[in-house]
Amino acid sequence: MIRDTTLGAKLWATAVWAFVIFFVLNLFAMIGTVVTSSFATRWLGTWLPAGWTTRWYYSAWSEFQLGDVLLVTFQVVGLVVLISGVLGVTAAYALARRDFPGKRLLMLLFLLPLLIPPITFGIPLATVLYQTGLAGTFWGVVAANLVPTVPFVILVMIPFIEQIDPKLEAAARVFGANTFKLFIHVLLPLLLPGILAALLLVLVRTIAMFELTFLVAGPTSQTLVVALYYAVFAAGVRAVQSIDAMAVVYMVTTLIWLVVALRFVNPAQIVTRAKQQPAH
Amino acid sequence: MTIALSKFDEVRLDRVSRDFGALNALREVNLTIKRREFIALLGPSGCGKSTTLNCIAGLLPVTGGAIWLDKHRVDTLKPEERGFGMVFQNYALFPHLNVRQNIGFGLKMRGTPRAEIDRKVNEAIGLVRLQGQENKLPGQLSGGQQQRVAIARAIVIEPPLVLMDEPLSNLDAKLRLEMRAEIRRIHNELGATTIYVTHDQDEALSLADRIVVLKDGIVRQVGTPKELYEAPAHLDVADFMGFRNRLKGKVVSHENGHAVIDVEGARFKGVARDALAPGAAAVVAVRPDDMVASDEGPHALKAVVDTIEYRGREFVGTAHSAQGSDLVFRSDHTVEPGSTVHLTADERVLIFPGQN
Amino acid sequence: MTASVTTTPARDAYGPNLRQRLAARGLDAVTLLAVPAALFSLALFVYPFAFGLVLSFEPKAGGWLSNYQRFFADPFLYETIGKTLWLSLPVTLLNLFLAVPIAFRVRLMRNQRLLTAILVLPITLGTVLVAEGLLNYLGPQGWFNRTLMTFGLISQPLKLVHNYWGVFASLLITGFPFTFLLTLSYVTGIDPALEQAAATLGANAWQRFRHVYLPLLMPGFAITFCLSFVQAFSVFPSAVLLGAPAGPTRVISIAAYQAAFEEYDYSMASAVAMIMGVVQLAIVVAVLASRGLFYRGPASGAKG
Repeated sequence: MIRDTTLGAKLWATAVWAFVIFFVLNLFAMIGTVVTSSFATRWLGTWLPAGWTTRWYYSAWSEFQLGDVLLVTFQVVGLVVLISGVLGVTAAYALARRDFPGKRLLMLLFLLPLLIPPITFGIPLATVLYQTGLAGTFWGVVAANLVPTVPFVILVMIPFIEQIDPKLEAAARVFGANTFKLFIHVLLPLLLPGILAALLLVLVRTIAMFELTFLVAGPTSQTLVVALYYAVFAAGVRAVQSIDAMAVVYMVTTLIWLVVALRFVNPAQIVTRAKQQPAH
Repeated sequence: MTIALSKFDEVRLDRVSRDFGALNALREVNLTIKRREFIALLGPSGCGKSTTLNCIAGLLPVTGGAIWLDKHRVDTLKPEERGFGMVFQNYALFPHLNVRQNIGFGLKMRGTPRAEIDRKVNEAIGLVRLQGQENKLPGQLSGGQQQRVAIARAIVIEPPLVLMDEPLSNLDAKLRLEMRAEIRRIHNELGATTIYVTHDQDEALSLADRIVVLKDGIVRQVGTPKELYEAPAHLDVADFMGFRNRLKGKVVSHENGHAVIDVEGARFKGVARDALAPGAAAVVAVRPDDMVASDEGPHALKAVVDTIEYRGREFVGTAHSAQGSDLVFRSDHTVEPGSTVHLTADERVLIFPGQN
Repeated sequence: MTASVTTTPARDAYGPNLRQRLAARGLDAVTLLAVPAALFSLALFVYPFAFGLVLSFEPKAGGWLSNYQRFFADPFLYETIGKTLWLSLPVTLLNLFLAVPIAFRVRLMRNQRLLTAILVLPITLGTVLVAEGLLNYLGPQGWFNRTLMTFGLISQPLKLVHNYWGVFASLLITGFPFTFLLTLSYVTGIDPALEQAAATLGANAWQRFRHVYLPLLMPGFAITFCLSFVQAFSVFPSAVLLGAPAGPTRVISIAAYQAAFEEYDYSMASAVAMIMGVVQLAIVVAVLASRGLFYRGPASGAKG
């Protein structure tokens, strides 16, 4: 954009930045409130709490069985990452490299779970899972979480695979590589950065995926975000600080992976992956 | 020398066709390539030369016909089962593998023992003169070096046939000449059999033992460079061999393989490339080099000069005749645009039958 | 020269074998790699949707349409559509109107990564955490009200939680970054040379926006609006935690959830989910249909 130096333009720019700063300040203040509260002994009607303590973390850990919840969370997330990686990368390869009858329909099929909000398809999905007895179980939670992540991996990987010169694959074949060797020796090393990025995003999204887990999880298959929801929902039963301590645990869990992910991907990718497809 | 290419007698394309939907990219191509031959597939873009190469390599399945390596039918094999070496247009070097790993890739796929891979790769590196670059990645190499890696990778697997798809098209003019000589040297040193695709007739003429000219998926002519250069069989081959002046006229006489043609009142005498009856329509094909601006004469063609360029030893001009034929000619002195020149051609004039 | 051209007489017709013929139609081992993911999507996405659709016409009691009749007869149910729209449409529009000028500014920044990383925070943390954070932050004793009172802007704390505005704020804080990052990716996708060309032809800043950027960005804005709207329309945890889930923020997803998990009427829940889907679809189709009125080619000048 061409820079404008008139007074009106300067005022306009100031207003724009003022909003950005206002937004970011409120965001940090909101997060700050949670963190401060989690370390507060008593915090009522003042700017800062009366004293500081870490005991809420101990009580949250035992009250909410955070050990178990975290274990389930990581198991769910790990399996979702693994399965969506295997299913997604292979399908993305087929879609990137081949034209076959029904390809557009298949693309649409993979696009829809990303465009339709989880709560909309989650309720019929939960119904089916309850009928088959999968709901409430660990595998039910994994299956439900895979519904958006498999298509997500596919849509992230397709452009990544497309930018690898097909001549490289032709060369590998001419020099004697069958499909399996081609994958191991040529495609996998070249695709690794893309796969890593896609799977990190899946990881972050799955930790934060509330709706689907909420709809199909049972008492022993809750992930952290669902446990947090129930804790907030039943506020008054537990001390606010204890809930806030749990929220901090959740934030840390998410943010560690977000920071790792940001080393490999552009932040905009976290939300904008699906938009290229419906644009046409 | 331990890189010993597989022994065989000939590769035979038997009525090979390739359709892309309704488009016939190749139509019943017949061609036999003998061992140790250097064959150039030559033609304009879209003529089917790359399609032919890809069909031989197995990257494109044929839709008709068969390809034989001696008694073995190979067109039904997957590319990885054929064992041919290939040099790709943009080299297609694996960007994540270094020079050594790139060259050794084919051997590794074949499960060759590590020590033997090392020995052969070293030898190939020596052959293409890449010593000292072994551990670089393709991105760190110049175009010419990448080209050498691509060649080494293709020959190290000791293929019966080396396929090259416009390997020089990505290089600058100077490097192109240098690599051209290298390719021929390596071909000779190894006693390789090479099929080389190009759209550049200079490259084909200087490299190949035989040239196959393709157009619209049809083989138009097969011959030695000399045959093609001096005696193209068809007008379109002549066009590709640099006969840029094509003048429509009528046959005056035809005897002993030579014909005299009347073009806008001027006379051209040349080698008849087909049966020509007096009075029939004909086309005279002349290279710009042989179309000379001369003094006024009874048989010269009059034309009005459009442009004139200085080319060092001589001038090259464009002109148009009274009936609108475009001409490219040579002159040893400059002429003014707009002035009239008299053009004659005495040598290497070809006469083809024309359409009325 | 003909010596080298083999003139084989017509023999049995050769040709590609079955594997090659299938490959020519795009069907080979590689294509089959898409099968597991496709089966998975059919089983866990298409089938449940179809199942839910059928189930919604098999109510616990009454005729096949009685779920839908009940929904549109009971104000407690049908009003959820209006309440959800009343939340999601203003928030989505506000987000888009804020995002566009900011995206144009941020586009000039050399280092956008820090800002985009900050903005990605609330999306990553998710609606549950934002709801839990805002509950305290926007509460009567929270830092927000406290700051406003310190500056003397208000004398009594504003009531910002457990009502419409709490949910509105949460949709703003998670929705704005989403809308902004989408918008930014569209805005940066436009070749800056186009604007420079317009400037050399005498267009001022507003004219450049109006006549060059806006027509090129309209399709992108339409997509952004749709995706943001669909997110806002399916608001659930913050409507429960931050809003008044029995009153003004009883959104449609709460109605669906309650039908399924409080009344255990999966048939009714499916019907509500289908209605939710139809309303989303109607808005999206309406917006995208109007997109047909705009330019839809490449937005990057020569390279298309």
